[in-house]
Amino acid sequence: MFRILGQSFTAGVVTEPPPDHEDTELARLGIELRRLIDARFGRSLAIRQVDAGSCNGCELEIHALNNPYHDVERFGLHFVASPRHADALLVTGPVSRHMETALRRTWRAMPSPKFVIAAGECACNGGEFGVSYASCGAVENVLPVDVKIPGCPPMPLDLLKGLLGALRTA
Amino acid sequence: MTQSDARSPLAGGSPPSDPAGSSANRPQTGADEPSARPRRFDWLSEFLARLEDEHIVAHRGDARILAPAHRLVLDPEDWAVAAKLAAAMGMRHAGLWADPLDDGETEAGTDEPCIRVRACLEQAGDYLVIETDVPLNRPLLGSQTPVYPGLDRLERHAHDLTGVVFTGHPFDSTQDRPDERRWTRHQAWPAERFPLRHDFPLRGETTRRTPADTDYPFVRVQGAGVYEIPVGPVHAGIIEPGHFRFHAMGEEVLRLEQRFGYVHKGIEKLAVGRDPAGLIRLAGRVSGDSTVAHAWAACQAIERATGCAVPPRALTLRAVMAERERIANHLGDIGAICNDVGFAFAHVQCARLREQWQRRSHELFGHRLMMDALIPGGVVHDLSADAFLALRQDHAALHRAVEPLFDVIDDHPSLDDRLIATGILSLTDARALGCTGYVGKASGLRFDVRRDNPYPPYDGVRVEESVETEGDVAARVRVRMAEVRGSLWMLDRLLDALPEGAIAVPLPAAPPGAVGLGLIEGWRGEILCFVRFDVAGHIARYFPRDPSWFTWPALERLILGNIVPDFPVCNKSVNGSYAGQDL
Repeated sequence: MFRILGQSFTAGVVTEPPPDHEDTELARLGIELRRLIDARFGRSLAIRQVDAGSCNGCELEIHALNNPYHDVERFGLHFVASPRHADALLVTGPVSRHMETALRRTWRAMPSPKFVIAAGECACNGGEFGVSYASCGAVENVLPVDVKIPGCPPMPLDLLKGLLGALRTA
Repeated sequence: MTQSDARSPLAGGSPPSDPAGSSANRPQTGADEPSARPRRFDWLSEFLARLEDEHIVAHRGDARILAPAHRLVLDPEDWAVAAKLAAAMGMRHAGLWADPLDDGETEAGTDEPCIRVRACLEQAGDYLVIETDVPLNRPLLGSQTPVYPGLDRLERHAHDLTGVVFTGHPFDSTQDRPDERRWTRHQAWPAERFPLRHDFPLRGETTRRTPADTDYPFVRVQGAGVYEIPVGPVHAGIIEPGHFRFHAMGEEVLRLEQRFGYVHKGIEKLAVGRDPAGLIRLAGRVSGDSTVAHAWAACQAIERATGCAVPPRALTLRAVMAERERIANHLGDIGAICNDVGFAFAHVQCARLREQWQRRSHELFGHRLMMDALIPGGVVHDLSADAFLALRQDHAALHRAVEPLFDVIDDHPSLDDRLIATGILSLTDARALGCTGYVGKASGLRFDVRRDNPYPPYDGVRVEESVETEGDVAARVRVRMAEVRGSLWMLDRLLDALPEGAIAVPLPAAPPGAVGLGLIEGWRGEILCFVRFDVAGHIARYFPRDPSWFTWPALERLILGNIVPDFPVCNKSVNGSYAGQDL
């Protein structure tokens, strides 16, 4: 127990205090995000993430949004386990043909109003995989997409900026 | 004494060695490595003798074409028997892949279109590739799955993409309906069409919506009180898609069957016709968490095929990136394993360290995951003197940070309670399935490509052995912690010995039909990669075999008898790649 307390104490809080440029930007983005979420969704934005065929690089960076440096929950953004609880569908990867039906069904299970965010090059334009016998390419070939976040994979800050854009247009 | 002098005499070909330039050979001076290795391939003559006893003809041919592996060409009717003999000698199966030669421009001697099937075996760090041709119009081949159960999915994958029918496969009751043992194919293309054949267009033959693959024949467990839990393909988290079918009684798992293929993107087909640089970009996206390892494996295969002499500095920088990737992934996973049993403290601390690590990767190698940092013939980013210092300080800082943290994880009552004796993979199962990496090491298999078949720069640096015997989740965590420490130590040695010189050379043109084999120890374990060029110097066949092909079936076994709520932690401790095996 003391070891844990000791470690927590010495590590301290790393959640981006604003010492450098990047961190100020994070704080600024976060605050703006928070304001928009409050205005449009009432306190929080629930996101359901679906990997429709990614190489799992995008997933790693989405995970990084939850690490103590970014800690996006403080901005009212959280990832939910069921599409029934979600306001937004965050899709990564080109949509593989084998995931096409599962993705449509996930989208159908979400209550309206809902919006779709395509994260990563593959989701935006098919990326390295494009359209093939096994892939439908970009998410917009399967679902109506509201916002695109490019990057291979998009960095956590890019994801935050993209989500902000999503809220502006939603 | 050179390495080839030390080999025992071989029948059917000259002893294997590397093509000029790739220099995976290590002079056996014995001075740098205290453990006296057995002579390379000292088991091969016995294997050849056993083949001869069974009246199997191993054809002469270029035995060194896939160096460092030795190559044997067999008749198709001897395929299954050869596997039986290999298994009897305790060889490990390292994968199987099929290569349709139906494009009309294949090498001389193959007048009728055929499918070339290759399998890779390993014994004592030496690799043997066996090869056979089956006619395209009657592609029947004996299955090796009865003696090597880990091959089950690879054979079914080869069937779905090329049409080779493996006879005598354990699912043979369904032999009349080969459709029922589909693996990678769902409903995106019909059962009688095979995407890797030349006549199948990359864009596919239909644009209609792909229905769900609803009638996959899961094996059922029946009886009073037995119930099924279907999970996936969309999971309740930020995870890749796949389907798990549990049969449970009360809390206890009686059977788990996996159904994958959901993220099949046609990587093998997409590779056809690419130039080497394009292939490496694709290889870096086989599995995003192993981008360096897969890109390196593909580079190595290409460089061996073309006889490219990669500058030593580039090789060391590749190793630096590969070890960084190993540390980043282990840190993330160790934290996630603890999180799966409700120990959020470790999760947060590990995520913190991983983020710092990734930011440095971004700064020095241009990408947080180090994607696209490798190119054929070298690497993209050089290390400046400042970067060198920053890295040394990072290593020392991470070392200081992980010691107290690992101390807690290694010995904390609430973690011990959940991790010890959970998800035990026996040595027998690990060996039968061919597990490598931390999954194999936690069950007592010490194999590590970096040590047992060292490729530069690992031929000049000691690779720490981290082996446990318990095979439970706790053992896999301990192996991963040991690998983090080992990689940190190794990073400093690699940096200290960083050679001067160029970081890339132009790739020589590939001889028509050149083939190459890449073998890299990724963070998950051994990655095998096969590349064949066509006559114009483009890629004709690319097959990356991720270690996940063998660790996913291990998960099916190690979960048995555990409770359903322990599945997440068992799964995370193995952490197979869905993308890496769906291709």
